[in-house]
Amino acid sequence: MRQARNFHPLQAALPSTTGKRYVALAVLSLLVWPVLTFASESPAIPNIFRPASTPADEIHTISRFTLMITALIFAVVFSLLVYVVFRFRRTAATGDVEPPQVYGSNQIELAWTVIPVLIVLVLFLATARVIHSVQDAPRPTGALEVTAVGHQYWWEFRYPSLGIVTANELHIPVSDPASPSPTFLKLLSADTDHSFWVPLLAGKTDLIPNRANSMWMDPHQTGLYLGQCAQYCGTQHAKMLLRVYVDSPDKFKAWVASQKQPARTDAVAADGRKIFEQTACVNCHAVAGTVADGQFGPDLTHLMSRDTIASGAASNTHENLKLWIRDPDAVKPGSLMPAMNLNERDLNALVVYLESLR
Amino acid sequence: MSTESIVLTAVQDASRSWSAIVHGWITTVDHKRIGILYIVLALVFLVIGGMEATILRIQLIVPHNHFVSPQFFNQMFTMHGTTMIFFVAMPILFGFGNYLIPLMIGARDMAFPRVNAWSFWLTAFGGMLLYFSFIGGYGLYGAGAAPDVGWFAYAPLTAPAFSVGHSTDFWTLGLLVSGIGSIGAAVNFVATILCMRCPGMSLGRMPLLVWLNLVMGSMVLFVISPLTAAQIMLAVDRFLGGHFFDTQAGGSAVLWMHFFWIFGHPEVYVLVIPAFAFISEIVPVFSRKPIFGYPIMVAATVGIGFVSFGVWAHHMFTVGMNSYANSFFALTTMVVGVPTGIKIFNWIGTMWGGQLQFKTPLLFCIGFLFQFLIAGLTGIMLACTPFNWQLSGSYFVVAHFHYVIVGAILFALFGAFYYWFPKMSGRMYNETLGKLHFWLFVIGFHLTFDFMHIPGLLGMPRRIYTYEPGRGWELWNLICTIGVFFQGIAVLIFVANLVRSWFVGKLVGNDPWDAWTLEWSTSSPPPEYNFAEIPVVSSRRPLWDLKHPEDPDLDV
Repeated sequence: MRQARNFHPLQAALPSTTGKRYVALAVLSLLVWPVLTFASESPAIPNIFRPASTPADEIHTISRFTLMITALIFAVVFSLLVYVVFRFRRTAATGDVEPPQVYGSNQIELAWTVIPVLIVLVLFLATARVIHSVQDAPRPTGALEVTAVGHQYWWEFRYPSLGIVTANELHIPVSDPASPSPTFLKLLSADTDHSFWVPLLAGKTDLIPNRANSMWMDPHQTGLYLGQCAQYCGTQHAKMLLRVYVDSPDKFKAWVASQKQPARTDAVAADGRKIFEQTACVNCHAVAGTVADGQFGPDLTHLMSRDTIASGAASNTHENLKLWIRDPDAVKPGSLMPAMNLNERDLNALVVYLESLR
Repeated sequence: MSTESIVLTAVQDASRSWSAIVHGWITTVDHKRIGILYIVLALVFLVIGGMEATILRIQLIVPHNHFVSPQFFNQMFTMHGTTMIFFVAMPILFGFGNYLIPLMIGARDMAFPRVNAWSFWLTAFGGMLLYFSFIGGYGLYGAGAAPDVGWFAYAPLTAPAFSVGHSTDFWTLGLLVSGIGSIGAAVNFVATILCMRCPGMSLGRMPLLVWLNLVMGSMVLFVISPLTAAQIMLAVDRFLGGHFFDTQAGGSAVLWMHFFWIFGHPEVYVLVIPAFAFISEIVPVFSRKPIFGYPIMVAATVGIGFVSFGVWAHHMFTVGMNSYANSFFALTTMVVGVPTGIKIFNWIGTMWGGQLQFKTPLLFCIGFLFQFLIAGLTGIMLACTPFNWQLSGSYFVVAHFHYVIVGAILFALFGAFYYWFPKMSGRMYNETLGKLHFWLFVIGFHLTFDFMHIPGLLGMPRRIYTYEPGRGWELWNLICTIGVFFQGIAVLIFVANLVRSWFVGKLVGNDPWDAWTLEWSTSSPPPEYNFAEIPVVSSRRPLWDLKHPEDPDLDV
């Protein structure tokens, strides 16, 4: 027994040397993999620890601070627990004699009350500072104002100062830290609760009916940023995806100019346009400059300027457009778009029309 | 102590017919039988809720999976959450409380035995009402619906416009009915503890389990009331054309959030405090030492009870409260960490210098300590409002609260099952199977819930029935799902062990653990009247005093 005590407790717990090697390998790979994932620069991974905008960056800083403090607490308490579990086992040597009965110690208990209080105080002050700086940030005069309206399973984006309406794919200008041009979002909902979450750009903020919320971001780098609705909003909450395109100032200007154009009228699409305007399409969808002025579905004026349809659920291709009109449930079961029951000829003509909406 | 028994000729179970036995269980007002009924009810729902969770995890094993439809997935996570909170965790804890409190305070029954039975049956019927939605959700002609609004049922998803049919009504009424049952049980707990203690058992001499259940019972009275009020308001909206939460008619979605979370957060402590209670009884006995710092443990629990009523809006950091409200709720939430930390340190203090006996109950308690530590620390991260703006509504949160509910509460419950099983059945469980259950469950738990944090940090929201490939989420979801099967097998071993041991386990005497509280002074299982002679105590550990007259328990 005396010998057994000299063994390292962890050593005794592992079965054999070969087994140990496999366990070590498994543990190592499980530790390395998260590191690789987190280190990945892939823009497709919306990693909260790779901020690309001031609010996300400030959150990142305070979260690292919090992680550091909690890691410290973890290390201390975890070691204590492990020590106690291995040190104070009943062995044959201790026998059946009851250990000394200790009922408590005021000094020790006072210590482990006061120290956590101090930690909480520090953490709270740091937290409150970041809350204030993100939430109460002044709105510079050059800021872009966008109204985001959550709908069951898609996003409507309105640029009141520019007269643009679009859906699902938000375009905003990159912000130079030297002369910031942030984007401020006014968040509304047309039906149930939703939440706007693009982890690289900012924390999430909910879109709640009868309530106007706001959030802001000032992306430092151009590119595509992915996110999705983060508040359960109904059947297709999962496919209410979000794409934010951060454009260079020139590219953004060009995008604005093209979005301001009225809908194009191609002669080849006249047939399809007639079908569009004579079926139920126009009850929900708007195409600027035509009789179509529905409000329930995404604005289609510049449909072809978007990379995806169905709020990011499918890429914007000829086949997908056809499939989506024929049977929306095949792409997004439970979406509120009805199957249009068009014959093949009408369907083809309609897709030709939609494809002319550049 | 009172080991002699009273002979009651009328109660010879063995000679009674099958129907008489069933009748006996249905009409019983005996706190021990009601306790076991609660526990069995909860175990049945645990298996159902577990199957629902398995369906969720299978659906998420790969991106764009077609195992179930989005509608069914949404029903499953709603039913899983509702079932586990209201029809597993609550009843199982009420069951243990019912069984143990009178035995631990030297009483012959609860204060109101009939209210006790009434409360149990309300809970049971509430559960049945909820599950009837699978049949009656569309008003019977189109069976197959269940509520799909999420377990916190945010408005206006529950409004008639967005939730057609009756599935939400079954959810509302099920919780309303079982909530009244919970209030009945809580009144009974408080009254029993305050009025039925045996001679000599002052408040300061109550076992910690009793103290903690007193706090829990008192909390339930205040916790369930706002929930019940909100359910009634929702029913008014849905049946009488009210507009409390109907946003299309000017109602408020945020009002529902406040009502729900002022129930919902203290509810977490209603569930975890009884888990603390199990730990506070089991750890001392298997360390062979009294609980370290009894008074501060009581104070910390009462403190948690009070503070927990001021933290609810940390569930709402993303709904657009102003920066002062966000700071206030960050502070109150972090403050909860202080008494909770004290508890963990005191449990370590209890083990320090003890002689730990690694029987199954203690293994589960140690699992609890490690996991509750991590759950508490991720809780601190979530309390940090800006961090919460990223984490809330993501899989990180899901991992966090499963760490609390499974890693802490369920582990403590398993410990309690093994610890008090000999008392309830008179027989010992199989130790080898118990340890196998522990290790399999530990592996499964950590596979599922450790790795579940990561997709949350990588931007994966909760409650999505499928996800896009290429976002770095696939591997983690795969591992999470694999872990579920370990947990499932472990639970089967647990159930098999208990069922088998109930009939053929080795007979044990009154006190197999050499423990110190009053329940171990009577026979196993205890007679209907508990104690032939009402005990008289002069310290917190009456059986210790009996066994060690030379070194009696510290009296206060």
